[in-house]
This record gives sequence, structure tokens and C-alpha cells, in this order.
Amino acid sequence: MSFPWAKQYEPQHPVMQWIDSRMPLPRLVYNAVGPGYPVPRNINYWYNFGVLAGVAMMVQIITGIVLAMHYSANASAVPGAVDGASIAFMSVEHIMRNVNSGWLMRYMHANGASFFFIVVYIHIFRGLYYGSYKAPREVVWMLGVVIFLLMMATGFMGYVLPWGQMSFWGAQVITSLFSAIPLVGESIRTWLVGGFAPDNATITRFFSLHYLLPFVIVGVVILKIWSLHIPGSTNPTGVDVKGPQDTLPFHPYFTAKDFFGICIYLIVFSVFVFFIPNSLGHPDNYIPANPLSTPAHIVPEWYFWPFYAILRAFTVNFLWIPAKLWGVIAMFSSILLLFFLPWLDNSRVKSTSYRPMYRIWFWVLVVDVLILGWLGGAPAEEPYVRISQLAAAYYFAHFLILLPALSFFEKPLPLPNSIAESVLAKHDQSAATPAMAE
Amino acid sequence: MTAVDQGIEHPPHEDGVRRRDFIHVATGSFAAVGAAAAVWPFINQMNPSADVLALASIEVDLSAIQPGQAIKAVWQSKPIFVRNLTAKEQQEADAVPLSALRDPATLEQITKPGHKNWLINIGVCTHLGCIPLGAGEGEPRGDYGGYFCPCHGSHYDTAARIRRGPAPLNLLVPPYTFKTPTLIEIG
Repeated sequence: MSFPWAKQYEPQHPVMQWIDSRMPLPRLVYNAVGPGYPVPRNINYWYNFGVLAGVAMMVQIITGIVLAMHYSANASAVPGAVDGASIAFMSVEHIMRNVNSGWLMRYMHANGASFFFIVVYIHIFRGLYYGSYKAPREVVWMLGVVIFLLMMATGFMGYVLPWGQMSFWGAQVITSLFSAIPLVGESIRTWLVGGFAPDNATITRFFSLHYLLPFVIVGVVILKIWSLHIPGSTNPTGVDVKGPQDTLPFHPYFTAKDFFGICIYLIVFSVFVFFIPNSLGHPDNYIPANPLSTPAHIVPEWYFWPFYAILRAFTVNFLWIPAKLWGVIAMFSSILLLFFLPWLDNSRVKSTSYRPMYRIWFWVLVVDVLILGWLGGAPAEEPYVRISQLAAAYYFAHFLILLPALSFFEKPLPLPNSIAESVLAKHDQSAATPAMAE
Repeated sequence: MTAVDQGIEHPPHEDGVRRRDFIHVATGSFAAVGAAAAVWPFINQMNPSADVLALASIEVDLSAIQPGQAIKAVWQSKPIFVRNLTAKEQQEADAVPLSALRDPATLEQITKPGHKNWLINIGVCTHLGCIPLGAGEGEPRGDYGGYFCPCHGSHYDTAARIRRGPAPLNLLVPPYTFKTPTLIEIG
């Protein structure tokens, strides 16, 4: 699963040789993230975000295991609580006030979810820009979409667990999406929440699944890395690796680079955890869940906003299909169409740097998704609804019309002959510039 | 060949120490200290939380306990036996020679000065942690009139000292003080 010039693992120590012939785990590590894995030498800092996603995932799993030691999934009211606070809600407050470093664990977990999504969104757009979804990496991309869906399910269910107002009404709204399905929708919804409205049966099953799904994600991540390591990473030129001059061993070159990236990431993460820990959450979730009163302006967590905006963009019945069902179909389609991306884009040029027309539309898409995100957090009134409709229309047009069409019309820029050549050309340029300045 | 390759080929220093070794050791040390500092909260979170520690001491009102009567209180999730000894029970305890005891102690040493009638113990058998009988109304008090552990048959006397059975020690005495003649604080 590597290039022929990859360094071979040759254990010198007799103990390592003994292990290698019985359980070659050190060999696996050597070939996966060690000197035995050659990586295109020109990958830039955008390529750090895969490893950062792995770091974010481990932070979530470790802090999550800790929180589960103190959390209690129980929607019953605490006896005598004036505000009807549930045992679950108070167990979160218990974590904040009583458990040693509990506040740190919870703020790391809550902000960690947001950071996991930030990292993954950047990672996805990196893949879009450098054509990482194209052959022979379609499976890598599709497994990534699977992870994204699992993350959304996990993030949603985690947000329900504190059983505040946003938790409760989030659970109500998201499970109601399934009631849009004709005929069986209402039965499916009742089955999902285990009752006629979110209650104790909902919180216990969500807790169980919220603990399970991260380990499913770990499993898919392992499959994704496995499939990635067969062709290896793409690179900013999109030109395939042709020989040893195009690569550097993962260790020490990219372990050092990733370690540096992790340090920067942790600094930014720490700023949020220690100084603005509630900035990414909604204050209403510190109000205990009240099944008889919906907050005036309910929104999901920010990382769902682009998709929430697409859901709300459909306001009229059309073609005998009710608006509600259109919204749900559109929202799920907006993610599911990513599975077909490798076959929607027929351009043979991978890197957008060499696609003058697509480069413009790529940045339009970035802005479009940011606008959708802004709209998803805005109230459901004009002009936001009309802008949502336009932005959602562009989102689908981008993938279903623009991308297939561009592969016919676009004349790509000339590609470098090899990675090494492009690296050396850059080096010569940068070497020449200071000389001229002098 | 390239800038990268030129960069790593520093000639070794005269004594074989390279400048890069210092960077490696410094980076490794910094990472190790950072990791240790980061790991500590994850370990410490399993220690007793503030609400548990807040219940680390309790007050017990003794005024309603008649001679010969005992009550149970809960301190740090463990039962506390509080017993108002009768004069006869105190005499029985004093009559036992220390040489006959597995864990020698006098009633004076077990109780507080001036409060010899108040026998206060942690109600956990020193053998394997069962709760002995004898503090509740109508419970068997064993062959020595104190406490009796039904799990493995340890008999304690009227000063809660082990007299027969597998337990190695007398029932433990919790730390406590008399705040008033009828109010104690345990813990």
C-alpha cells in the first residue's frame, strides 16, 4: 500500500524482530505514519486538517468518557425543583460546580464539538479545492461523507443530553423531520423518540447512541485512512507522484508539520475553552426543558445552520409534494449529493489552481455556504427566507449543473510536469526574489 | 540537491553533540511536562467531587437517646453507631482485663473524657466490611452484649471491642468532638 521506493521496516533489535514475526504492529505504524509512508513533498498546511480532525475526535472521545462518569440521562424532574429542572439538567450543573475540573471537561467537550466541525468543514473544502474526491480516491471521499453524517447524528444527540430548552426543542424539531415522510412518517417519529414527545425514553436512547456512534466513527476513520494510503494523498498541483523525487517520508517531515499544526490548533481551542466557552452555544440551553413552552427563536447548533437554512427555504407546496417534505428532501439531498460528486465532476484536472473558471465558482460556493450558515441562524422571516431560497438554489445548481458543465467548457491551465519540478520552480523563484531586492 | 537536503546535513560537533539534539530534548521535555499537566485534570475528576466533600462532616443530636438505646447516623456514606451505655454496660466493659482482648483498649480510650457513656463507632465490621447488628431495636447484640456481625460471626462487646470471630480490630472510632453536651460533630 505504498510507493516502491518507500523505506522498508527492518527491525534491528532481536525483541523487535521477535514481535515483527508474530504481531507486526510496529511495522504497521512504520508504514502508516512513519518513515515507510512517502507523502507528496508539496502538500501545504490545508493538508493538516485530516490529522486535526483525528485530534478533535480523540478530544471528544476522552472528554466524553469522562463526562459520562458524572452525567445522568434522566428526564424526570428533580424533586422540589421550582423550575422543573430534570435530573439530567442538574447532573450537568453538578459537573460544572462540583466535579473536579468538571467545567473544563464540559467546556472542552462542548467547544470540541464545534471545533471538530470547523476542522471537518475546512477539510471538506480542501478536498473540493484540490479534487481529492476524484479517481482513484472516490472511496476515501465517500467514507468521509459517511463520517460527516455520523458526526451530525452524534452532535445532534449530544446537544439533546443537557435537557435544556434548546435540547428539548431541538429533539422535537429534528425528530419531526421524519414525520414529513408520507404515510409512515408519524409512526417513525414516535418510534424514534419512544413516545408522543421527547421524554425519558428519548434521552436514554440518545445517550446510549451518543456513546456508541463515536466508536463507529473511529471504525470508519480507520477504513478511510486505509483507503487513503493506497493511492496516497493528493497534492496542491493535482499531478500524480511519479518518483522518489516527488515525495518525503511521513516521519519526520510531516509528523513535525502536523505537530506544529496541532499546537496552533490547541492554542485557538484553548482561547475558546478558557476565555469564551459559551460563545458558540445558545444561552437558552441553560433554561431547563419545558415541554409546554417553545423559545421564540429556536436554532440548532451553528454547524447545522447551512442545512437548516436549506430546510426552511421551501415554503410552498409544489408538484403535489407539500413544502414540509420538500424541505426535508432538500436538506438530506444537500449532503447525500456529495456521494455522487466524483461522477458529477468530469474534469481530469484535480487541482482547482489549474482550473481558471471553476476557481471562481469554488469561492462562490464557499461564500454561498457561509451565507446559508448565516441565514440558518437568522429568524424565519423576510428577507432571510428569500435569500435562503436563492442561496439554496445556487448550492444545488453548483453541484448538479455548473460542475458537470464546466468539465466541457473549461480550458485548464498547463500543469507542471511533476511535483518536484513545481517545487523547484517555486524554490528558484523565491531564491531569485531576495536577490533582486538587494 | 535541494534546500531541504542541504539543511539537514550539519557536520557533527567535535564532541559528537549536534545542535539538533538540544532541540529534540527541549521539545520532548516541553511536550512531556505539558502532557502531564493536561492529564492531571482527567485523573483528578475521579476524586470525590465538591458535593461529596461537603458532606464530609455531620452533626448528631444526642438529646433524645435514652440509656441502653442506640441510633444509626450516616457519615461519608458509612453507618455511625451512637450508643448511650447504661451503667451496667460500662461496668461490664471495665471488668474485662486488657490481656483478654485481641485489640486492647479501655472504654476510656474509646470514648471522650467526661462522656464515658457515649459509645460512638463506625458501624462497619473490621473483618470484611459488613454492617454489624445491635444498633437497631430488637437486633441481636452477640454473646458480649455489644454488636454482632452476621456475615462471618464476629462478636463485639459493650465497648465495641472484638471478642470472638474473624475480625482483627475493634469497631473504628470516627473523629468527633462534643460541641455541646448533647451535640457531636463527626468528621
